[in-house]
Amino acid sequence: MAQTMQFDLVSPERSLASLQASAVQIPGAEGDMTAMPQHAPTITTLRPGVLKVESPEGNADYLVTGGFAEIAGDSLSVLAERAIPMAEMTRDQMNALIEEAREMYKTAKEEDQPHGLVEDAAKLLADMEALGTHMSL
Amino acid sequence: MPSLKDLKNRIESVKSTRKITKAMQMVAAAKLRRAQEAAEDSRPYAKRFNAVMAGLAASVGGSESAPKLLRGTGSDQVQLLVVMTAERGLCGGFNSNIAKLARQKAEELKAAGKTVKVLTVGKKGRDALKRDLGDDFIGHVDLSDVKRIGYANAQTIAKDILTRFDAGEFDVATIFFSEFVNVVTQIPTAQQIIPASFEATEGESTGAVYDYEPGEEQILADLLPRGVATQIFSGLLENGASEQGARMSAMDNATRNAGDMIDKLTIEFNRSRQAVITNELIEIISGAEAL
Repeated sequence: MAQTMQFDLVSPERSLASLQASAVQIPGAEGDMTAMPQHAPTITTLRPGVLKVESPEGNADYLVTGGFAEIAGDSLSVLAERAIPMAEMTRDQMNALIEEAREMYKTAKEEDQPHGLVEDAAKLLADMEALGTHMSL
Repeated sequence: MPSLKDLKNRIESVKSTRKITKAMQMVAAAKLRRAQEAAEDSRPYAKRFNAVMAGLAASVGGSESAPKLLRGTGSDQVQLLVVMTAERGLCGGFNSNIAKLARQKAEELKAAGKTVKVLTVGKKGRDALKRDLGDDFIGHVDLSDVKRIGYANAQTIAKDILTRFDAGEFDVATIFFSEFVNVVTQIPTAQQIIPASFEATEGESTGAVYDYEPGEEQILADLLPRGVATQIFSGLLENGASEQGARMSAMDNATRNAGDMIDKLTIEFNRSRQAVITNELIEIISGAEAL
C-alpha cells in the first residue's frame, strides 16, 4: 500500500503546495475528514477552517476560506478560494477576515438576497468566529 | 523650407518622444513578465476546476433539476456581452481588436433579432463602443485604481453578473478578452460563461466514481458561481498579459519610427546648413568680384 499520496493546494492566484503527504485533515462542509492514501474517490466542498497536512518531511497547517477538495485514491487536490499558511497568520489578519464575513452577512441581509445567501453568509461568519477562537492567537 | 532653427527644434522634440516611448516599452516589458507569471500561476487552479466541473456537469447536466447556470434559462433571447479591455491606451490594436469582435457579435445577434446588453470592464472598451452600442450599456466596471488584479476583482464582477442573471436580466453571457499567445500575437476571444460550458479535458477524468459530500447537485450549485468568477479571473489575467505585450510591441515600433524620423530630419538639417554656408560664400565672392 502506498504510504504517501500527491497533495496539491492551489488558490486561484497561485499554487501554494505540492508535495507527498501521508494524511491530510480537511475541513469538509459536512464535517472534518482525514484523507489518507487509497481513500475512496470523493469530492467535497470546504467550510472555512484549518487544513492539516502530515507528510514525511513534517506537518504544515493552512487556513482555507472555502472551496473544494478532490480526493482520488493516490492524489488529493484542494482548490481553496483563499489559503494562508498558518505560520504566516496573525490575529489582525484573522480579525480582518471575520470583519469581511460580517460585512458580507450585513449586506446580504440588507439586500435580502435570494438563494439562501443570507444563511450562507451567516454560516460563514459563525465559522470564521469559531475559527478565530479555536486558533487562540 | 523650414529654417535651421525649426529643424533643430523638431529634432529635439522627436528625440524626447523617442525617450518616452523607449521608457514605456521597458516598463511594459517589466510589467509583462509579472502579468505572464500571474497568468501562469492561475492556470493549475483553472485546469483542475474545469476537470472537476466537467465531471460533475456530465453526471448531473442532463437532469431537469440541474442548476440554471448550467442548463440555461431555456432561451437565448437576451444576450449579455461582457467586454473586458484595458484602462489605458497606447497599446496598439489591443483595445480596438476586442471592441471590434464585440461589435461584430452584437451586430450578428441584433440581425438575428436578439436583444443585446453590454457590460464593459475597462474604460477603453466603453469609449470604443459608446457610439455604436451606447444604448445597450447596462453597466461599467472601473479597474483603473487596481494595481494588481486579484481574484477578489473577478469575484466582484462575477457577483454583479450573477445578480443580474438571478434577476432574469439576460439568458446568455459571453465574455470578450484577448488571449495572450506571445508578445506580437494576441487573439481577441469570445467565451460563453452562462450557461456554463466545460470542455471535457483529455484523460483528466480517471473514470473513478466519486462520492460527493454534500450531494452532487449541491456541490454544483456551490461551484458554478465560482466557475464564473474563475473564468472571468483568467480572462482578466490573459488580458493583462496581452495588454502589456501589445504595448511593448507598439512602443517598440514607435521607438524605431522616431529613430528613422530623427535620421531623416538630421540629413535635412545638415543639407540646409550646407546650403546656407554655400549661399554665404557665393555672396562674399560675388561681393568681392563686384569691387
